[in-house]
Amino acid sequence: MTTAVRSRRPAVSNPFASMDPRRRRIGVLVILAVLAVVYPVAFRALESTFPFIPWPGTAVLITCATFGILALGLNIVMGFAGLLDLGYVAFYAIGAYTTAFLASSHFGIHISWWIVVWIAVATAAIFGILLGAPTLKLRGDYLAIVTLGFGEIVRIVFRNLGDITLKLPDFLGGQMIIGPNANLTGGNVGINPIDPPTIPIGGPWGDQIVFSNQNAIFSWYLVLALMALTFLICVRLRDSKLGRAWMAIREDETAAAAMGINTVTTKLLAFSLGASFSGFAGAFTGAYNTAIFAETFNFNVSILVVVIIIFGGIGSLRGVVIGAFVVQYIDKTLLPFLGDNVVNGPLQSLGNATGIQLLTDFKLTTYNYLLFGILLAIMMIRRPEGLFPVESHKAELHGIGVAAEVTAGSADELAIAEEIAEDIVLADDVEDPRSAAEAALEADTPPSQIRDRDLPEDTR
Amino acid sequence: MEELAKALTIGLNNGLIIALIAIGYTLVYGILELINFAHADVFMLGTAFTFYVTEVIVRVLGIPAGSGLALLLTFASLPLVMIFTAVINASIERTAYRPLRNAPRLAPLISAIGMSFVLQNVGLVLLGPSQKAVEPVLPRTDILTFPNGASWFGLDELMVLAVTIPLLLGLRWFVGSTRQGKAMRATAQDREASGLMGIDVNRTISLTFLIAGALAGAAGLVVALYYGQTFFQYGFQFGLLSFTAAVLGGIGNLTGAAMGGIVIGLIGALSDRFLEAKWTSVIVFTILILVLIFRPTGLLAEKQSERA
Repeated sequence: MTTAVRSRRPAVSNPFASMDPRRRRIGVLVILAVLAVVYPVAFRALESTFPFIPWPGTAVLITCATFGILALGLNIVMGFAGLLDLGYVAFYAIGAYTTAFLASSHFGIHISWWIVVWIAVATAAIFGILLGAPTLKLRGDYLAIVTLGFGEIVRIVFRNLGDITLKLPDFLGGQMIIGPNANLTGGNVGINPIDPPTIPIGGPWGDQIVFSNQNAIFSWYLVLALMALTFLICVRLRDSKLGRAWMAIREDETAAAAMGINTVTTKLLAFSLGASFSGFAGAFTGAYNTAIFAETFNFNVSILVVVIIIFGGIGSLRGVVIGAFVVQYIDKTLLPFLGDNVVNGPLQSLGNATGIQLLTDFKLTTYNYLLFGILLAIMMIRRPEGLFPVESHKAELHGIGVAAEVTAGSADELAIAEEIAEDIVLADDVEDPRSAAEAALEADTPPSQIRDRDLPEDTR
Repeated sequence: MEELAKALTIGLNNGLIIALIAIGYTLVYGILELINFAHADVFMLGTAFTFYVTEVIVRVLGIPAGSGLALLLTFASLPLVMIFTAVINASIERTAYRPLRNAPRLAPLISAIGMSFVLQNVGLVLLGPSQKAVEPVLPRTDILTFPNGASWFGLDELMVLAVTIPLLLGLRWFVGSTRQGKAMRATAQDREASGLMGIDVNRTISLTFLIAGALAGAAGLVVALYYGQTFFQYGFQFGLLSFTAAVLGGIGNLTGAAMGGIVIGLIGALSDRFLEAKWTSVIVFTILILVLIFRPTGLLAEKQSERA
């Protein structure tokens, strides 16, 4: 991409900039953790005190965190390894169905969720390998279509296997092999109820804690813990040898192979690890909702996770988590709120007055994917690195800007570089803005070279 | 036996429709190496346009749906549908793909997915959330019947052939024998070199999108009349079928896309008839995956594929 020289952003003064970055990070985390614990308890009070603010309910937060796990998982595939997976929902469904099969009355198997979740994770990972092994050699856009097809197959198969009639053809005797109308997966009716996770700790809530949608606050704490675990694993993966191998492949597969990275195994690991996190999220969703339906695992879910990643910043762990909360908040709270309180009423009365059916039935939430579609296209064109980008991407983008301006003969080289360094400092742990500025200048290569080097393919 | 013959007739008709859409994928892929995810939604807007044309003819002008005049007027609107979808397709290229032409490969694909959702929502606005019945402009008179009196080949099926086959042949002639077609082939082979040779690359790409959109619009008219209904999710449903057809024939290959469309149409109709309709899409997707794994150049790929 010939990155255009964008206008420099004004320097933002950051109150945390002078603090020790590690301390600052811990401080922010503690504040967030306290907020997360307190919010659902204070939600009712907040809502009744400030009803004009669209507060997200605890159930919405749980969806946010579930999509946080999904986004972190897909980020391994898309952000780290640079593979576009449009059928990510398949592994979500596989995780959820594994849970439903092993912890419900459907087959009469009732294994504790705390064990089932790992079986679900493993099953999703195995399916990730089964799909990935033959297809990962395909080019990026073909892989996208193959995964899309796989996602659809999984959804349709789970739906259709609720009603199987398998008969030998008449010329072979016409015996019934399976069925008639055998029910393996619940079909359209789904599987209901599924055993939710429980912990045998008694208290005012009863003799055990049940993490289901009947008990949203505890479920919120559980999913938050699961998301934190996912986040930690992702951080460790990113900083591991494997993580660096993924990014090397993302930047230049040929060069990575030449450096001795086994690209097939490495990509396959990304694919199956990503799938396993999807299965993890599925195991939680199925048990938390205590019911699953095949039709909820549709293509839109895959796209929503892609939207989250593109919006938050592809490859950025912090970005995709923030993206999950923002996008899900918009989808589940903000749009319904705006619809009910601002848009729907006037448009519907306009429809009643004019007799236009479209306006009479108007509901803002119907058009949520219109918003996400526009968001995808605009993000790709205007801000491909996302709103909370990875520091290296950002530095790279801004670095190109510096190089171009410097060679253009601008006098305030150091000032610009310093500003960029400060930008980097905002997000990263560079100790001293001054030395970072010098580093930024040192790294300055002629613009032509940078343009040749370009931004890595498949990362945006 | 009669069931088989009927299934093959339906399959051939569906296949020709799928071929028209598949050629749009193949044309664009050939020239930009981009899977135009929004292509099938452009087709869906073509069905929506046709729906409104028939509404105007029957409801506003008061011409009875079964009359010859209604049929004539509907067919007279074919150029309008094609212009409508062609302009939409070319505008999408201008706004959502051109700024990303030199970006990493996946960037325009993601942008295309975004546009697909935008168009789907436009369809939702135009058509509402459920299937909309199209006025039965097209008489379903039988031309051929089986000995037992069951319908084999009707006027509606003849109409599908009458629209699709000339368009497919016309496109083949255009790409193969005209100056503009030559420019398209040259641009597909090497965009930079074509630019240096004096071909206006942007114009050629726009032309490609116009043609792809026009074919999708024609397919939209045919589907709206032949199926007698339209639906805002037709884009997604037909899109995957058509894309599979394009891959099956070797993406970038025009003849391949047409053949692939017919093959997918036949497989779909046979599966609908002899297996169960609910498994048809699983079969088609499985074919897609298997072809991509074992023969990514397509079943009908020639050595030097005729890329347009």
